[in-house]
Amino acid sequence: MLKDITLGQYFPGDTVVHRLDPRTKLLLTLVYIAALFMVGSWGGYALCFAALAAVTAVSHIKPRALVKGLKPLVFIVVFTAVLNLFFTGGDDILFRWKFIRVTWAGLERAVSMVIRILLLVSGTFLLTYTTSPLAITDALERLLSPLKKLHVPVYELSLMMCIALRFIPTLIEETDRIMSAQKARGADLETGSLVERAKALLPLLIPLFVSSFRRADELALAMECRCYNGGEGRTRMKQLRMAWQDAAAFALGAALAAGVLLLRRLGI
Amino acid sequence: MSLIEIRGLTHVYSQGTPFEKAAVRDLDLTLERGGTVGLIGHTGSGKSTLISHLNALLKPTAGTVLLDGEDIFASKASIRAARFRVGVVFQYPEYQLFEETVYADIAYGPKNLKLDTAEIDRRVREAAAFVGLDEGVFDRSPLELSGGQKRRAAIAGVLAMEPELLVLDEPTAGLDPAGREDLLEKLFAWREARDAAVLLVTHDMTIATRCDRLVVMAEGRIVLDGTPEAVFSHGDELASIGLELPEAANIARLLRDKGAALPPSLYTVDALAEAILALWGKGGAPC
Repeated sequence: MLKDITLGQYFPGDTVVHRLDPRTKLLLTLVYIAALFMVGSWGGYALCFAALAAVTAVSHIKPRALVKGLKPLVFIVVFTAVLNLFFTGGDDILFRWKFIRVTWAGLERAVSMVIRILLLVSGTFLLTYTTSPLAITDALERLLSPLKKLHVPVYELSLMMCIALRFIPTLIEETDRIMSAQKARGADLETGSLVERAKALLPLLIPLFVSSFRRADELALAMECRCYNGGEGRTRMKQLRMAWQDAAAFALGAALAAGVLLLRRLGI
Repeated sequence: MSLIEIRGLTHVYSQGTPFEKAAVRDLDLTLERGGTVGLIGHTGSGKSTLISHLNALLKPTAGTVLLDGEDIFASKASIRAARFRVGVVFQYPEYQLFEETVYADIAYGPKNLKLDTAEIDRRVREAAAFVGLDEGVFDRSPLELSGGQKRRAAIAGVLAMEPELLVLDEPTAGLDPAGREDLLEKLFAWREARDAAVLLVTHDMTIATRCDRLVVMAEGRIVLDGTPEAVFSHGDELASIGLELPEAANIARLLRDKGAALPPSLYTVDALAEAILALWGKGGAPC
């Protein structure tokens, strides 16, 4: 049921990729995404795909897990493909039927857009598959810390994100429980018109809201009991440290970006 | 015909994944009309999975659940009928309250039954009276009630559906001893008055002693089934699956080990006290 959703799921492991500093992984994911958008030739896509495949292999993530993660995107991918296929201009017409017309340029555009989306999403999946949500928030906080000078509450934002991520499984469990309880009282969540079904969600949403507020209260109380206060001067249990592997990873990332640019130049 | 008949029930969670786990294995159980059955077992023994099958919230991986001899999964209508004929009160039911007023919340179940207003009104008042909820709170928000009152309101919400079998999962968890005793009294009174069957899931052995029949589960199977007397005479077996005897039964056992000539099957405080006094009356120290 609800428990089966995989959203940014983390697969624990002990590979080079898992051990990399989360800041490195976050930045390299950005480099990878930027590279994808700089691609100007089929060779560039091949290079990005090779990079993705290499990281997948090194991190022992099963390709099937990536494919499974891509499934919900089918609609967006098809939609993009269709839009690009039919609405790209050009002279070398490939196919024409009444008002529908497909050009070579359109076909090329559609295929390259689909490849780009798939590569982009699988790349970000690799980040969340190999990095725990806590490590990602940690890295985000460190990377954004210069913004503190501009009075952006970086620490509070990352704490909020951290708590939100922590409570997703709890909320799912709670939803399951309340759903069972209301079904036991004859709630019918599956049939009826749209309005009826929306109404039927109320018995589910209200207890969920109430319990979320209760939980937030309890959490705040528990944090205060342990003398929690704000970000200034806090130390952390796990210090983030860059190692030589991170330097190597950055070098590879730079090589990928350079390679993509070079291929674009050469038009391969 | 038995009210509920479970044949070869097996339930496997997350089948086909690395997290696969059989919570209930090849289980047979019959529940008759009338009487209170206690379902006891350690955490993770499959009690909650079992009760979720009784009103068709979970579909068995294998096996059937018969209500009055008919498969409850036969059709959508039969599933719906099972939801109304078997009332389930889950653990901490107060978290399911959602309506604006206590009255509306208790009326939620009967409303789903599509009853007319007069009938709903009768049922709400009756259910509230059974659990000892004053009509003065009907217009208040259920969220303003005290913890004990919330619990009562939530249970009343299920009673108002007038189920033939009432299943309660740890109904007294988190209540103080007086509140616990009071709630149990009221549930027993309700069962008598409506001639319904009650299935009580509990960890509390003192509550278990008050049932007519006890079913003990371990690792997804039923290991003991019988009267409290019969079940509590298997002290060692209960201990081996991590369950304790009721305190009175434990004391009786220790006294017997010391050589006291106590009769067998003592498991309530009253019976134990009587037996000890009787020994005393005959003269001679019991030990």
